[in-house]
Amino acid sequence: MTTSKAERRLNLNKILILGYGNPAREDDALGPAVAGEIEKLCIQGVTVDSNYQLNVEDSAAIAEYDTVVFVDAASEGEEPFSFYPIKPRITESFLSHSVEPELVYGLSRELFGAKTGAYMLGVRGYSFGMFRENLTEGARENMKEAVRFLTEILKSGSFDRFAKNR
Amino acid sequence: MSSTIDDSKRIIINPVTRIEGHGKVSLYLDDNNKVVQARFHIIEFRGFERFIKGRPYWEMPVAVQRLCGICPVSHHLAAAKAMDMVVGADTLTPTAEKMRRLMHYGQILQSHSLHFFHLCSPDLLFGFDADPEIRNVIGVAKKHPELAVQGVMMRKYGQELIKATAGKKIHGTGAIPGGINKNLSIEERDTFLKEIDKITGWARSAVKIARDYTMEHLEELKDFGSFESNHTSLVREDGAMDLYHGRLRSIDADGNKIIDDIDYTNYLDYIAEEVRDWSYMKFPFIKSLGPEKGWYRVGPLARVNACDFIDTPEAEEARKVFMSLTKGKPNNITMAYHWARMIEILHAVEKIKDLLNDADLQGNDLVVIGERREEGIGLIEAPRGTLFHHYRVNEDDQVVMANLIVSTTNNNEPMNRAVQGVARDHLSGKEITEGLLNSIEVAIRAYDPCLSCATHAMGKMPLVVELFDSYNNLIDRKVKN
Repeated sequence: MTTSKAERRLNLNKILILGYGNPAREDDALGPAVAGEIEKLCIQGVTVDSNYQLNVEDSAAIAEYDTVVFVDAASEGEEPFSFYPIKPRITESFLSHSVEPELVYGLSRELFGAKTGAYMLGVRGYSFGMFRENLTEGARENMKEAVRFLTEILKSGSFDRFAKNR
Repeated sequence: MSSTIDDSKRIIINPVTRIEGHGKVSLYLDDNNKVVQARFHIIEFRGFERFIKGRPYWEMPVAVQRLCGICPVSHHLAAAKAMDMVVGADTLTPTAEKMRRLMHYGQILQSHSLHFFHLCSPDLLFGFDADPEIRNVIGVAKKHPELAVQGVMMRKYGQELIKATAGKKIHGTGAIPGGINKNLSIEERDTFLKEIDKITGWARSAVKIARDYTMEHLEELKDFGSFESNHTSLVREDGAMDLYHGRLRSIDADGNKIIDDIDYTNYLDYIAEEVRDWSYMKFPFIKSLGPEKGWYRVGPLARVNACDFIDTPEAEEARKVFMSLTKGKPNNITMAYHWARMIEILHAVEKIKDLLNDADLQGNDLVVIGERREEGIGLIEAPRGTLFHHYRVNEDDQVVMANLIVSTTNNNEPMNRAVQGVARDHLSGKEITEGLLNSIEVAIRAYDPCLSCATHAMGKMPLVVELFDSYNNLIDRKVKN
């Protein structure tokens, strides 16, 4: 029995989708919302997790995967989304209880010897100020585009082909 | 506003790094460039009361978790305790109370671990004035990798406990009005028991690190943002530390009891909140002393000071050593928060071990219901301090009023005083140095404030520093992205 190149990739790759944001703060919900949609697809080899914030213990989880895709709302930048590889680094905006993806990624390599590849999917949102459990219309459209895009990548097993370097 | 302030120069630091939200510090100088007042501005949870008004009361323990991405478990449990009152559940079943306690100790463990190992340890291990390139969590990971791994794994253990008791990380549903919706399986229990001795050892080491650091640097720490204050917390009826439930106690700087043995459902008789025109956040105070003298600290330092003893042996020994530093009187050193926080970590771990060995966690009697009430009040000792939840519910089961006093609000005045003290000692001339910035942050971080009302989305968090002259002209501005 033979397997296609894509299937071989999927068999080899363990992929973690990490969506984060507050579901009650309007478009801040984009990260968990995209993660939730991907989870419904039950793609082989793909694990989905969501939380309000990224945090240091995510560094231990990341080390167990070949690839991690962080999914977050973006308050500025490209529409409908941007997708790019990230590098480990100390981020100036390391805020006490939440952690930037570059720092989590750096800790996973520093503390747990991770060889994981890491990418950021930043989905453009527009409103973050109120306690409201609905995405804005624009963000909802961006989310659909982002889910379509991420599904295609996950099924192809190729990340670098779709990622734009920053 | 006084004429002194009108005539002063204003320095704004916005926001404080490593703390969520849009915290902003304004320093007011006199003509000699001395700090005369500090204002720590926090954008509070605006709009949240409207968000929950009209919702059914049974949704509250889940809905309030949206309030804060940092300590959702504390809000979950405080709301559940308030709703216990609404459904007339005056005494929970042993399984329900112990499951909730396990969840809460897991929260204390993960929150305190994060704060100590990953936020404050860079300052302690490398010094407040060390190069920022080294003084960060990656610096700790490189120089003290074992310590950094311990911090991550302790936090992970706490998070797993929360997941096992609350059901999931986002929108946990474990605590419900009148009880809990699941018990702990034997498999789950055994998984946690396998690791608990290792976690206890790490907690023991953490206490030693904090104690040794404080003792070795006592001369420089004792005046760093320090001041005499009242201290408020819940304590158990017999005076023991109790982080989940108890009666209200406030002591003064000498340890005299101001209020004691107070049923917290009567908190409005004893605690009031002052509004100041420059801050969204209120300033709570003990009514009998008034706003000038009645403000107080909450959190680990206040709890260790206010309790008579800790009912777990290793933490109690650690408490005795802590209290011996001030000869049994309350410790008013702001930086001693870290030491107290580690004593609480050890206490939480001891409690977790006791609970895991308690067969009540596998019980099936999960919920009690009594006579329905229209009002619910729940207090809990959250990692950062006493958290108040107060609701009124109408005949249609809808929430019609909500009043929340979060830990960071309780520490509002003390944080302002800590910033003022540090700024007074470290500002010279008109220049905002890296040393001054970090000293202010170190003082605020001792309280571990939670400003998570702000969203965190990518691109939201620059550090802006602005300097105004006495005519409010901008004369300097610094931004850290």
